[in-house]
Parts: sequence; structure tokens; C-alpha cells
Amino acid sequence: MKVFIDAQRCQGHGRCFSLAPSVFGFDDLGNGHVLGDGVVEGESLALARLAEANCPEHAISIGES
Amino acid sequence: MTIKPPVSDFATDWDHTDPQWVNDPYPIWEDLRTRCPVAHTDRYGGAWFPATHAGVSAVANDTEHFTSRTVVLGNGRPMEDALPAPIGVAPPITSDPPFHQIARRLILPAFAPGPINALEPMIRQLCNDLLDRVVGRGVINGGSDYAQFIPPAVIKRMLGFPEADEDLFREFVHIVLEGIDLPVEERIEQFAPIEEYFRIQIEDHQAHPRNDLTTFLLNAEILGEKLSIEHVFGTMVLILVAGIDTTWSALGASLWHLAKNPDDLARLVNEPDLMPFAIEEFLRFYAPVTMARLVKEDMEYLGCPMKQDDWILLGFPAANRDPEVFERADEFIIDRRENRHLAFGLGIHRCAGSNLARLELRVAIEEFIRRYPRFTLADPAQVTWAQGQVRGPRSLPLRVA
Repeated sequence: MKVFIDAQRCQGHGRCFSLAPSVFGFDDLGNGHVLGDGVVEGESLALARLAEANCPEHAISIGES
Repeated sequence: MTIKPPVSDFATDWDHTDPQWVNDPYPIWEDLRTRCPVAHTDRYGGAWFPATHAGVSAVANDTEHFTSRTVVLGNGRPMEDALPAPIGVAPPITSDPPFHQIARRLILPAFAPGPINALEPMIRQLCNDLLDRVVGRGVINGGSDYAQFIPPAVIKRMLGFPEADEDLFREFVHIVLEGIDLPVEERIEQFAPIEEYFRIQIEDHQAHPRNDLTTFLLNAEILGEKLSIEHVFGTMVLILVAGIDTTWSALGASLWHLAKNPDDLARLVNEPDLMPFAIEEFLRFYAPVTMARLVKEDMEYLGCPMKQDDWILLGFPAANRDPEVFERADEFIIDRRENRHLAFGLGIHRCAGSNLARLELRVAIEEFIRRYPRFTLADPAQVTWAQGQVRGPRSLPLRVA
């Protein structure tokens, strides 16, 4: 599976990189982004799902890689 | 304080300074959610209150029909000498697109995780110093001995203001956020010392630049031009006002909850891994901040006949308890795993200081419960809540021994 952040929706709430720092990073404005190629499985998929379920802007999505 | 008639019906005559709303707004909002769901009042020159998550989200994301020109609801409308839209008196919170994004990008790096996380040791030290001051007492005030001191000390350091001015800051915040019942002329008069204080700080920083946010703002440029002094002043006021009683309120409410719920306190003490989830649940359940918008033009919206310059009060705390969006919305669940709360707002005006707020909240709770793994409310009747758009306990006597 692959995780995405919609940069148009992200407002920098910071939930993703706080809950899943191995999956998400942040830029100098504090907006979240996906680390590496965004492919997630097992533990990292579970963390990505947790972040998705906590993003107030619904900016995170997880789809087929 | 002006004497106002008591509220007859919150659906048609709401007032967020009414004692019932100040002391326990949640049953009112629950009632409005099922009955309206957008409440109206003729007070403050006309204002609306959407009580649902859907209503709050719609308005928060709609900068076409609503302006942020002023975000603190009061008897007047923006003063004529204020910077007009899209800048507003306190950019970027009072700014509309497209200027908003420019003003916001300017300050966001200072509040991004990197620089904010670097403050953790200083905040931890501050919390311990405060707890040392009351050591040995059986009852301490979670508000006036502890929570109220933490955010001002951090903001003072970020803006580069002198020591010992923190009492003054709290007074300024009180004026800006709680003086809303006053007639407009009196309110303008109240603002004079605030303007004077900031003018002196700005002049001092112009003469003696240093490594802080005030100097940064004075040197900052937009499209090759320095910011106007009004912009610098407005942003400084914003950082001071938005950075103080917001977190102070969230921290106070969290301690209030733990004092009343020994099971939650015990779990937090024994299971430190719960902290990230507990923090978000404190923020959801006791979100302190509501924000206002003004209607740009007469229109029908959310089924309501809104008039130009009507206020809309965005009840993020009410949205956070909407059962349409949150399971068991009216229950505090300390390990709630899914929590898309709106304590920091939604959309382009997401609280710029949210990383700082979370850090202060976490460290202050950690240090408090480390020192006092068991505490209770000393006297529930003595707990008082701030009125206005930032709600939290001001006096909070806690029995710690």
C-alpha cells in the first residue's frame, strides 16, 4: 500500500508526523509530507492508518502502491 | 460591566457571556444541535452560532462568504482606523486570502516543530520552578499558581519582552478577550496602554535588534518591502493574545478533569504511552477556543438569512462533541485512538501556535502529575471559568496532599 498527503488540504496540524514519525516528516512551515516512496506495510501501514484517522483536514489517503 | 437581560432562549437570543454558557456550555450546545442547529441572537448587532461539526466546518472553510477581518466578537465592528481587509488588525488571523497566506508563511517557520521542540527543556524547567514555589502546601491553585504562568513566560521569551511584564500580558489578554461587553468607546480607551506598551517594545527592538520574533518581524519583507509598523504591531499582539490564555485554559481544564477523575489520573501516571492520545482528548473535550467571522454580504447560508456584518461564532468546542462525527462524543476517553478534533480550528486559519500549545500542555501535565500523582478538587465551588471566546478555569484549587 502507498500513503499520500494532499498538500492542498494539509494545514499543518501535525498529527501525522507526531503519531507516525517513521512515515511522515514536516517542512519548515510545519506541513506534513510522506517520507521516502510512501510504500507502507505491516507496522508502518498501521501507523499510516492511525495518522489518516486523526488528520482533521482529511488530507491523508492510503491506496494501492 | 453592562447589565444585560438574561438569555430567554439560547436558540434565538444566545450570549456566550451568559453565566450559564460560561459555567457549563455543553448542555446548551447539545440542545442547539438537535433543535436548530444554527442559533441566532440580536445581541452584538446580530450573530449566528452553528452548533454542529458540519456547520462549523462549512464556515471555517468558506473564505468567500466570510471574512476574518475581526475574530473577536464584540459590540462594535472593526474600527475605521484598522487596517482593512485583507490584512486586518492582527495578521494573519485577521487576514483574508490572498494576503493571508503571505502573512502566515512569514510566521509559520518560527512555530514549526523544529524551533518549538527546542523550547522543551526551558518549559520543563519553568514548570518545575513553579511547582517548587508551592512545595509543601496542601492546596495549590492549578490556575493562579501554575497554568497561568507557563504560556506568558514562553511568549515573552519568543517576542523578546522584558522580565516581570507577565502580569501585564495577562491584563492585556483579559482586555482583548473578556472586555467584549463594553461600549465601543470604552473598549478603544482600554486598548491605549496596550498600544503604548507595544510601541515601546518596537522602538527598543529598532534601537537594539536581537534574536527574537519582534526583531524578525521588523526585518521581514513582503515582496521586497518591509512590513508596515501596523502589521508588525498586529502580529505581535496576535502572538501575545493567542499564545497565552488559550494554552493556560487547556492546561487548567486538563488538570480540572484529572482532579475529578482519579481513574484517568492513575492511568496517565502509570501508562505514559497514553500521553499523546490523552493530550488530544483533553483538546477535543475541553477545546478552549471559539473564533468569529463576519458575513461579507447578505445571503441565505445554512438555511439562515444572514446579513452583511453579522457575526458567526465558530464553536470548535461544540463541533468537537458532535455525535455525528465522534463516537461516544460526550464521553472523555483518555485513550481515544481516532480523534479528528477541531481544537485548533480547521482550514487556512489553523492555529499557528498548535505545536507550541501541545508542547506546553504535555510538559506541564507531565511535570504536574510526576510531582503529584494523586490530587483532587479542593473545593468545586471555588472553580471559576473565563468568559468569552477562550474558556478555561481561572481559579482551580487542587488538594495535592
